[in-house]
Amino acid sequence: MSVNVYVPTPFRRLTGNRTHVEASGRNVGEVLESLESVYPGFHSLIFNERNEVPAHINIYLNNREIHGLEGTRTSVADGDELALIPAIAGGAGGALTLDQVTRYSRHIIMPQVGPVGQRKMMQAKVLIVGAGGLGSPIALYLAAAGVGTLGIVDFDVVDLSNLQRQLLHQTDDIGKPKVQSARETLNAYNPEVNVVLHETPITSENALDIIPQYDIIVNGADNFATRYLVNDASYLAGKPLVDGSILLFDGQATVFLPGKGCYRCLFPEPPPPGLVPSCAEAGVLGALCGTIGSIQATEVLKLILGIGEPLVGRLLLYDALSMEMRQVKLRRNPNCPLCGDHPTVTELIDYDAFCGAPPISHPQEAQVGAGD
Amino acid sequence: MPVEVRVTAVLQKLVGGAKIVPGQGGTVAEVLDDIDGAHPGFLSQVTQENGQLHRFVNIYLNDEDIRYLSQLETPVKEGDVLSILPALAGGSGSAHAVQEQPCCSTA
Repeated sequence: MSVNVYVPTPFRRLTGNRTHVEASGRNVGEVLESLESVYPGFHSLIFNERNEVPAHINIYLNNREIHGLEGTRTSVADGDELALIPAIAGGAGGALTLDQVTRYSRHIIMPQVGPVGQRKMMQAKVLIVGAGGLGSPIALYLAAAGVGTLGIVDFDVVDLSNLQRQLLHQTDDIGKPKVQSARETLNAYNPEVNVVLHETPITSENALDIIPQYDIIVNGADNFATRYLVNDASYLAGKPLVDGSILLFDGQATVFLPGKGCYRCLFPEPPPPGLVPSCAEAGVLGALCGTIGSIQATEVLKLILGIGEPLVGRLLLYDALSMEMRQVKLRRNPNCPLCGDHPTVTELIDYDAFCGAPPISHPQEAQVGAGD
Repeated sequence: MPVEVRVTAVLQKLVGGAKIVPGQGGTVAEVLDDIDGAHPGFLSQVTQENGQLHRFVNIYLNDEDIRYLSQLETPVKEGDVLSILPALAGGSGSAHAVQEQPCCSTA
């Protein structure tokens, strides 16, 4: 029987850097022996001195771990896929557990991810501003991927009108603080994720306390003041910002890296109050949240893994009605007051005033919040 | 030169619901004037009284921001696509119900 063997990175020096090789045998043990005869050195990497496959090497036959089958006596058939997945002990933290290798197997078997990439995701800390329309799919996909720490900023409570699109929340959650509902949902999907709740508006007073605790910031905010605040704070804290927005049937997404342009480079000033409607006034097709939110989650994972080309310097424009995606170029504006050559914004400002709204008298009804 | 002008959802209302509007002119400014002629009020949504673009509106000639070209004087040729993109922020507005005056994202 001829099988296709996936060779993990640490073993590729034996196979001339090939990721996949062919080997033959009637069972897993014979296939591994045939690997040794063609690529000497395999045996000592895979087997311990007692000629057993040790626990830190997982061998998958067609995505099923052989310890749960018949070990090295498991029969193979023509065309089967054998994947050798060693635990990698580099970096902080130990090897992946068997449960984790199973839970994240669809990531680990991809060459661009592997156990190393999976552990990068598990060590990453991502802040999501807003547990609403965009925040929901972003948080869900990042939690499912195993991102180790997810901070959620939202001071709102779940409302019936949210349920048309805010997938973190269900009917039973109406009236509950959104961050609490978010944590319950996320941990039901993946108990290993540390969901950190920031049940507070994000303001000029607290943004530079919260944001530096994380590696990557994701914007799911629902108003211009918060967008400018999160933009400024992310830049000042030196953090990448994965930005997205939706309205009606349109969506946008991009990635701001400090030094490569920011939200102010794109829109130097917000529109006057009342000129651009919110979703509450104009509406939004719920499924758009999934489209743009998933794109944002994908960009976060690409940044963590260091793969692909993130949407840096590009603004993705999505028209759901015609199902068209386009891109326009984004540049750092040398005259940008925040990230330009001669910055004038060097600390957080009064974003309510910047957006033209009056200051708030009641401290709890703070305008600069993440409420959608 | 006939060019294709794409407008997003918020501006579509001003041009009879169309997403793509044909425009004539040799520069971006001329094309905008042409559309305003057919749809009065369009220009004021895109430009300020002094003739400059609103700072929360971007216009892209194909995929380049015209601010990095020649602004409203950027020449256009047949087959070009102009995309007009105002800022949008989404939102529910529900968190701001107690405000006496509108905040950024609610009217």
